[in-house]
Amino acid sequence: MKKRILLLSALALGLSTLSFAQAPTTIKKGLKITLLPKNINNPYNVIETQGGLDAAKEIGAVAKVVGPSDAGASSQVSYINTAIAQRQDALVLAANDANALLPYLNRAKQAGVKIVTMDSDTAVSGRTLFINQANSEGIGRAQVQLLGKLVGYKGDIAVLSATPNATNQNTWIKWMQEELKLPRYKDMKLVKIAYGNDDDQKSFTEMQGLIQAYPNLKGVISPTTVGISAGARYLSTSPSKGKVALTGLGTPNQMRAFVKDGTVTAFQLWNPGDVGYLATYAAASLASGMITGKQGETFMAGKLGKYTVGKDGEVVLGPPYTFDKANIDKFDF
Amino acid sequence: MNRFRSLLGGLLGWEFSLIILVGAALLIGGLLSPDFLTGSNISFLTANFSEVALMALAMTLLIIVGEIDLSVASILGLCSAVIGILFAAGVPMPLAILAAFVTGGLAGLFNGLLVTRLGLPSLAVTIGTLALYRGLAYVLLGDRAIAEFPAFYTNLGFGNVPGTLIPLPMALFAVLAILTIIVLHATPFGRSLYAIGANQIAARFAGLQVERVKLSLFVLSGLMAALASAVYTFRFASARADNASGFELSVIAAVLLGGVSIFGGRGSVVGTVAAVFLIGIINGALTILDVSNEILTIVTGLLLIGSVLVPNLLTHFRTYQQRRRIKGDSVIQ
Repeated sequence: MKKRILLLSALALGLSTLSFAQAPTTIKKGLKITLLPKNINNPYNVIETQGGLDAAKEIGAVAKVVGPSDAGASSQVSYINTAIAQRQDALVLAANDANALLPYLNRAKQAGVKIVTMDSDTAVSGRTLFINQANSEGIGRAQVQLLGKLVGYKGDIAVLSATPNATNQNTWIKWMQEELKLPRYKDMKLVKIAYGNDDDQKSFTEMQGLIQAYPNLKGVISPTTVGISAGARYLSTSPSKGKVALTGLGTPNQMRAFVKDGTVTAFQLWNPGDVGYLATYAAASLASGMITGKQGETFMAGKLGKYTVGKDGEVVLGPPYTFDKANIDKFDF
Repeated sequence: MNRFRSLLGGLLGWEFSLIILVGAALLIGGLLSPDFLTGSNISFLTANFSEVALMALAMTLLIIVGEIDLSVASILGLCSAVIGILFAAGVPMPLAILAAFVTGGLAGLFNGLLVTRLGLPSLAVTIGTLALYRGLAYVLLGDRAIAEFPAFYTNLGFGNVPGTLIPLPMALFAVLAILTIIVLHATPFGRSLYAIGANQIAARFAGLQVERVKLSLFVLSGLMAALASAVYTFRFASARADNASGFELSVIAAVLLGGVSIFGGRGSVVGTVAAVFLIGIINGALTILDVSNEILTIVTGLLLIGSVLVPNLLTHFRTYQQRRRIKGDSVIQ
């Protein structure tokens, strides 16, 4: 009798280890995923979350987009709490503030919600994976390289950024400054970093201010879709059109008119839809137990192919793409 | 005496209806979403309006004496900036918080002096200081965000009373609300507020020091905003100049919905507290039902209009009935 119990328990133990040893290889059906962009009225975020919804459709997940109408530090908190209360399997978010959300994200993690950040990260402890649009160093350097070409490596330049504590913009600006230290940029001088707070009107007036304050200004980099389109709108009607080169990160639909009328020669971006798409696949893989977020793990992201988890749970989408008059009409987003 | 009793009855009626509405909102929320009436969700939901609740206490007293303070949220932002900048400069946290209280008190004193010494309308004065104090916050902190506060303090903002689901800021609010109830309804000072609000000239003839009372209430309002700033700064672990912008409208909405007359002389703390909960619970329920943020703002706006309109209509209705009765009497004669 005793022997039989022992045998049975050994068998049970064996079975349970067997089931633990095999990580699931397919994404579970019917996962509940919340997509939380920085704010819901920003066209960039609409494209990004649409990519997430598309991915959810492919994998049979129930996904929804919720979010605040302003990008304040605290306005995402109640949506994180809602995701906990609604027992979502995963939360995919673009963080408005690297620190303000931490205690709430940790609470979500404890409640079993898998956290994936995209686009704008929190501190590492706040999430399991971060989907980076492109390597920050690559973006920062590529934009200076592009602007250098546009201004002939000479003259005053400025940056028109989003909010001063926007994690992604600040990292890119840091790498822009690194790139500018190279000898070939010795005649280019970064005179000002202005902040348009991702607000159309403020970005517009900041661009105006830059041009008035620095008469020798030759180029402006605006690494935010709101900033570059507001800046281009000012530039297109100002006497400085054609004299000040504006580049940065923008979407083809926002920038098409300005590229065609010669206000802007070239700008860069990744496909934001792909960011949301990849983030949703990553979140679903986590929630299905296929990956845990450790460095070196790999997962499949539908049409984008295979991705590897890097250091600190970072997954890089790919290098930025340069749009100009020749290719812009091939893109509609 | 009779009239006083009916007035009291009318007020109790309003408060009673609010409390019923709070219950109804909880019930409907629970019926519509199984995730709404959970301990952790209600706990979070109440923590989420703790700053508005704190500031609404002082605002109740101010509006009862016929004044208003529109600058409270800006004082909160300014005090938050003071805490942030001092902490970043290495000042010990208790001193930084003390400095925030001094700042809040002085900001309130300035409002009060302009109103009582120069006889300016508080509506105009505090619209001015709304801009002024927010501007000072930006001067102090610029567009920066100070984070990384010691865990002890962020836990004060984020944590619950040990062993319960009651958020610490809400426990603080409960204590202060009871104190305010006692002061307003059971002390000569409290009764003098109604006298001043009902008829300032009569109150002055009765020997009440109207100016001094008002001045002290403006200072109190500033101190409450300073307290709310500490709560906000720690709850979101982020000191920013734009913290809590726009909160003044939520505070005033709660006080007016609570049955405090915008013309002074009428209202109670219980009404304000019930209204704070009502607005918070409705917002929380709509959020968990994934109602978009725009609709949420519209609902708050409609509640505010309703809170001013309904009592007004009731008064009109009553006077109309009285007039009819008087007419009827004269016909009989």
